[in-house]
Amino acid sequence: MSFTEGVMDTKSETVISLRGVRAELGARPVLRGIDLTVRHGEVVALLGANGSGKSTAVRGIIGQVPLSAGRIELFGTDRRHFRDWGRLGYVPQRTTAAGGVPATVTEVVSAGRLSRARFGVLRKADRRAVRRALDLVGMADRAKDSVDALSGGQHQRVLIARALAAEPELLIMDEPMAGVDLASQEVLAETLREQVAQGTTVLLVLHELGPLEPLIDRAVVLRDGCVTHDGPPPRALGQHALPGHDHVHPHAPAGAEPIRTGLLS
Amino acid sequence: MDLLDYAFMQRALLAAVLVGITAPAVGIYLVQRRQALMGDGIGHVAMTGVGLGFLLSWSPIWMATAVSVLGAVLMELIRWYGRTRGDIALAMLFYGGMAGGVMFINLAPTGSNANLTSYLFGSLSTVSESDVSAICVLAAFVVLVTVGLRRQLFAVSQDEEFARVTGLPVRALNLLTAITAAVTVTVAMRVVGLLLVSALMVVPVAAAQQLSRSFAATFAISVAIGVSVTIGGTVTSYYQDVPPGATIVLLTIGAFVLLTALATPVARRRARAAAAAQPAGDPAECAIPATRGSGD
Repeated sequence: MSFTEGVMDTKSETVISLRGVRAELGARPVLRGIDLTVRHGEVVALLGANGSGKSTAVRGIIGQVPLSAGRIELFGTDRRHFRDWGRLGYVPQRTTAAGGVPATVTEVVSAGRLSRARFGVLRKADRRAVRRALDLVGMADRAKDSVDALSGGQHQRVLIARALAAEPELLIMDEPMAGVDLASQEVLAETLREQVAQGTTVLLVLHELGPLEPLIDRAVVLRDGCVTHDGPPPRALGQHALPGHDHVHPHAPAGAEPIRTGLLS
Repeated sequence: MDLLDYAFMQRALLAAVLVGITAPAVGIYLVQRRQALMGDGIGHVAMTGVGLGFLLSWSPIWMATAVSVLGAVLMELIRWYGRTRGDIALAMLFYGGMAGGVMFINLAPTGSNANLTSYLFGSLSTVSESDVSAICVLAAFVVLVTVGLRRQLFAVSQDEEFARVTGLPVRALNLLTAITAAVTVTVAMRVVGLLLVSALMVVPVAAAQQLSRSFAATFAISVAIGVSVTIGGTVTSYYQDVPPGATIVLLTIGAFVLLTALATPVARRRARAAAAAQPAGDPAECAIPATRGSGD
């Protein structure tokens, strides 16, 4: 992409395209023919109840789930031939950034830069990108701390910084707000706002819109593996629409069945 | 140091140091991906290689390398494809490997269970000239992989799914880790024995974790522990006439206990330093608001 291209051209460029995508987990069909287009600069939320197929759709896009039918394109290239992984930042659904051995925040975030670093050698520019990513999520002061010492919200910020370390044009996030306290949710929303302002395209799986609502251009609602809504974010109904109801349940125990909204289930 | 006058002790010490470096260097990735006992499984499989070596009158160390590499690749493929009953398949591989070793060595004209024992628990003083050159070549391979590809192996062991999306060849790196672990098992076989190999891969890493906050420091400390205990164990066994393999493993566990005991004051000092770094007006400890008396 060059800067000589017109704004309209880049705006209409298709970044993610799914056509008739089907996938099974075991014998159970999870996606039954999904069509989805995400254009350059858009922020698209994938919504749906548990088991609706939204995580499978995202994992299919990045090649973690084999498709039984259909076609996925990333930046206009068939996903199977896509190799330009540095253009994509991925935040998997995790509650922790830690592994079986202690690691510092910087070490974990540096792993996200490997898609840009040749032969795994991190140069000065790469280290700068890692530091910038930590700044973006407000974790620069914790750079040398072990990830074991972080709170749930800080783990999520580290995972997002790891995705941002590659300076991606497209961010794919699977439930980035799960288990995150309100203060961290605000930080993450602000981080995302800055990224979107710089033209980053975002596809994110969400259980509820929460503090991200004003950022979202389009919501795609899945139900039983089919797209049931593709358009402006659905309005909250009933008591969920009351002012002051931010629809966040930060105190729900980890792993508990999230509270279903009548809207999405 | 009169013990260095003996050629067999020079060979023993060299082999011991190489094991002290390589075992924790691979072990750290196994611990990171929560497969700490993989080394133990490979050790069982390697027994078939030793038995085959005796049966076919080939070098047991190279035969064990070949068979344990094969076994490690098989384990990785089972992990990859057969998610559902992977544990049962692994059990078959472990116990099949052990039984195969006992069977082959008894079929061999020159072999007996006594030969097997020296591979099960190590036999440092009988390390031959050709064993040492094999150990040197294999150890060089292990160091090259574990240090040269540390960033890639760290990423894959930390979060496999994420690593795949950064475009890393995850399957190849997983196979390489398995092969490197298998090679390490055969490097350590003569020193600590197949049944105790896994201890040197896991325990130094566990001990280092008590003090370290970063992966790099954990790597350095665990290799330092590995080298100290292998040298310490070898020297002790020379003067005290105790089995070197068992001495090395007990020393490693001793290091773990010692560092765990040291870790508490270190953590306390770090907490104090963090509290001192807190800006004024932001109390580090909870305090009851002044308006509330202790009586209410």
